[in-house]
Amino acid sequence: MTNKVREQVKSTLAKRYAAERRFRLFGLVSVMIGLAFLCLMMFTIISKGLPAFTQSYIQLSVNFDLEELEISDVNNEEAVQYADYDSVLKQALYDAFPDVSGRKAKKQFRRFLSSGAGYRVSKQVANNLDWFNTTQDIWVLAGDEVNLFMKGYIRADMPENERQLNDQQMAWLATLKEEGKLKKRFNTAFFQYGDSREPELAGILGALKGSLLTVFVTLLLSFPIGVAAAVYLEEFAPSNWFSDVIEVNINNLAAVPSIVYGLLGLAIFINFFELPRSAPLVGGLVLTLMTLPTIIISSRSALKAVPPSIREAALGLGASKMQVVFHHVVPLAMPGMLTGTIIGMAQALGETAPLLMIGMVAFVVEVPQGITDPATVLPVQIFLWADSPERGFEEKTAAAIMVLLVFLITMNSLAVYLRKQFERRW
Amino acid sequence: MSFKFLLLILALITFAAFFLGRSRAQSLATAEKVKLAALPNYYGYMTALWCVVPVLFALFIWSQFDRGFVLSSTFEALPAEYQALSVDELTSLKSNFVNSVDAGLSSDLPEALQTLVPRYEQANKVAQMIKLFGALFLVVVAIVVCWFVIRPALRARHIVEGFIRYALIASSLIAILTTVGILLSVIFESIQFFKKVSIIEFLFGTHWSPQIAIRDDQVGASGAFGAVPLFAGTMLISLIAMVIAVPIGLMTAIYLTEYASKRLRSIAKPALEILAGIPTVVYGVFAAITVAPFIRNSGGLLGLDVSSESALAAGLVMGIMIIPFVSSLSDDVINAVPQSLRDGAYALGSTKAETIRSVLIPAALPGIVGSVLLAASRAIGETMIVVMAAGLSANMTANPLEAVTTVTVQIVTLLTGDQEFDSAKTLAAFALGLMLFIITLILNVFALHVVRKYREQYD
Repeated sequence: MTNKVREQVKSTLAKRYAAERRFRLFGLVSVMIGLAFLCLMMFTIISKGLPAFTQSYIQLSVNFDLEELEISDVNNEEAVQYADYDSVLKQALYDAFPDVSGRKAKKQFRRFLSSGAGYRVSKQVANNLDWFNTTQDIWVLAGDEVNLFMKGYIRADMPENERQLNDQQMAWLATLKEEGKLKKRFNTAFFQYGDSREPELAGILGALKGSLLTVFVTLLLSFPIGVAAAVYLEEFAPSNWFSDVIEVNINNLAAVPSIVYGLLGLAIFINFFELPRSAPLVGGLVLTLMTLPTIIISSRSALKAVPPSIREAALGLGASKMQVVFHHVVPLAMPGMLTGTIIGMAQALGETAPLLMIGMVAFVVEVPQGITDPATVLPVQIFLWADSPERGFEEKTAAAIMVLLVFLITMNSLAVYLRKQFERRW
Repeated sequence: MSFKFLLLILALITFAAFFLGRSRAQSLATAEKVKLAALPNYYGYMTALWCVVPVLFALFIWSQFDRGFVLSSTFEALPAEYQALSVDELTSLKSNFVNSVDAGLSSDLPEALQTLVPRYEQANKVAQMIKLFGALFLVVVAIVVCWFVIRPALRARHIVEGFIRYALIASSLIAILTTVGILLSVIFESIQFFKKVSIIEFLFGTHWSPQIAIRDDQVGASGAFGAVPLFAGTMLISLIAMVIAVPIGLMTAIYLTEYASKRLRSIAKPALEILAGIPTVVYGVFAAITVAPFIRNSGGLLGLDVSSESALAAGLVMGIMIIPFVSSLSDDVINAVPQSLRDGAYALGSTKAETIRSVLIPAALPGIVGSVLLAASRAIGETMIVVMAAGLSANMTANPLEAVTTVTVQIVTLLTGDQEFDSAKTLAAFALGLMLFIITLILNVFALHVVRKYREQYD
């Protein structure tokens, strides 16, 4: 009898072990799929985004003739700023190719220089007033097509009618490159300017500052409110139906789709309270409501982790309930609360959908100066650039993502560090 | 005289009030040779709180009437030719007027209105003065009252603590207010919408094209609001996402808790947390510029006609996004299964896989179902991936290679750009938001209930 059972077990054993191995393999594959996608995504973004940190510049011998620029007084700042540098630059470009003549041929140079090149040069000139009436070899910002050529997105082996540069233009650019007059340099302007319609002029400073202002408003509101709510619910709230309602409510709010918060912001903050559209103030308010549940939930668990003996000791020495909480419990729970807050802020920094609803999707060139100025934020800027048809914005999108991820990773590492450094096991 | 300046003054006065209150209490105590009923600082806190809180309240309430006051006192002297305007026209006239004066373009206004500009500026000044002197008056009153109220026997700590207690309660009520705010904003606008479009048509109509005709003879301007294609599209994309995320997420959780070595776990867990922390807009970019072209090209190789905004691309990326969500939630519930159940199964001779399949998973099933439901609610409400990778055309199809649209995509499309708040088009977005809120709320309540009930079982 027992032999028969043993036989039976033995006969199926190989199959069962095979099933075991299959199951285990399936598990391993699942883990690997997740990791592989993470790597693939990071690789795609970094390989697409890295080129955006360089920008093509053309070296030109520019003659800053005061008469040509129509500047009568060098000390007049306005005149220096608003002079027509573009035409001087254009002339310098024609001079670089002395053997090209005729309007039609010259027209082909038109897109070589960026439409913002004159503006950038005017800033350089304002700092170097002794350049006037001299000829200077300066690096001038190249147009988007030149940039694409330098980065290998426009190649000679593509059919001529499918690329934005014709054979003649490619040949000129090749000459410039050989002479060392066309180079890629580090793109500092990417961190100094706001958005633009031209890929080569677009920077992330505006969006970055908008993001920081928005997150600042969020932090200022959500940290005190979140901690206060957590303290009340954990330390003071009587256990009755009302506290239950608040608790269930907070858990549900944590799972409400973020876009619904956008609808709330639009209907209440913008239409009812008539706060300005596209402003970091409203963005911060909406994100405060959105991150509050996260902060409350993590602050509550931090408070819960403080052992009752601390409270009892303080009470025993004659402290009032409020003194127990604010002198002893809250400081001990602070690292946990800060960790939760930082995670909430990281969530707020990466959020896009509710901000689309309250008009932060507008095209804003100016860098915002205050919380009521129209602004956009990094994730929305990424969304806008990803939607742009110009090829040049593709690398900008990836570069902006890299900047955003750097911020998020820093914040999350800070949270992990805080947790590791200050977390106490009782 | 800006608002910031006013706040600065208030902050300084509050600061001074603290010391005033404290020294008043101390000097009274020394004079009367008695002990204070509370620590001296509490008298200071009390004075400072009475100084700042009523003023901030008053300023907030005044800010609601500020504009109305300025406008009504400006437009009292409205020239006769404007008197006959309707209410709506007057409102827009007023806002135009304010905008151009504030922008310094008052010279562009019609001459009749230019006469109002001085009145407007005067009214603004008066409003400023009311704000400033009202605030100062309240502060002075508060300080005077505190000066006389403070006695050594006054239990200042009780007052301050009572106040803090109310502040704490108010903070936790914000959670309730948020829910009420969400409900009010979507329900109110949805009712407006259902006055224009019948609720039956919205819930059961199969044609969605929200463009409203500006002219009667306009082409393609039907303005149909049947939301069934949106629900179908949302379901299709969410289903694809769940088909990917649930098995992979669950198996990841099982592998990491039951099989993985410590080293693999220490690498894989933080990596999955990174995956969970990546903003959805990044997934959207990834879906739109990498995954969607890849799927279209590989579909082309197989001779399939794949739309460039296929549901498959959006669903696939959304599935990846949800994997860490499913895995971390399932991780918790699998860990919560008591070791004795595992030991029992091993003692009966079952292999690890058999233990997991026939003991662990059934024991953890309610928790797993709960986490799957939470993941589903997240997939339904996910916005950026579908906005960037799914289409706008409301097709009713079960073919994942075609373009579909979702509820969230339509909300974003209807509400970005210029909008008027009374058109059915914008109101429709709120009706869709209401549907989204209800569906996700039901899923969440149910899932949280299941998860919580299950946790209690083994505690």
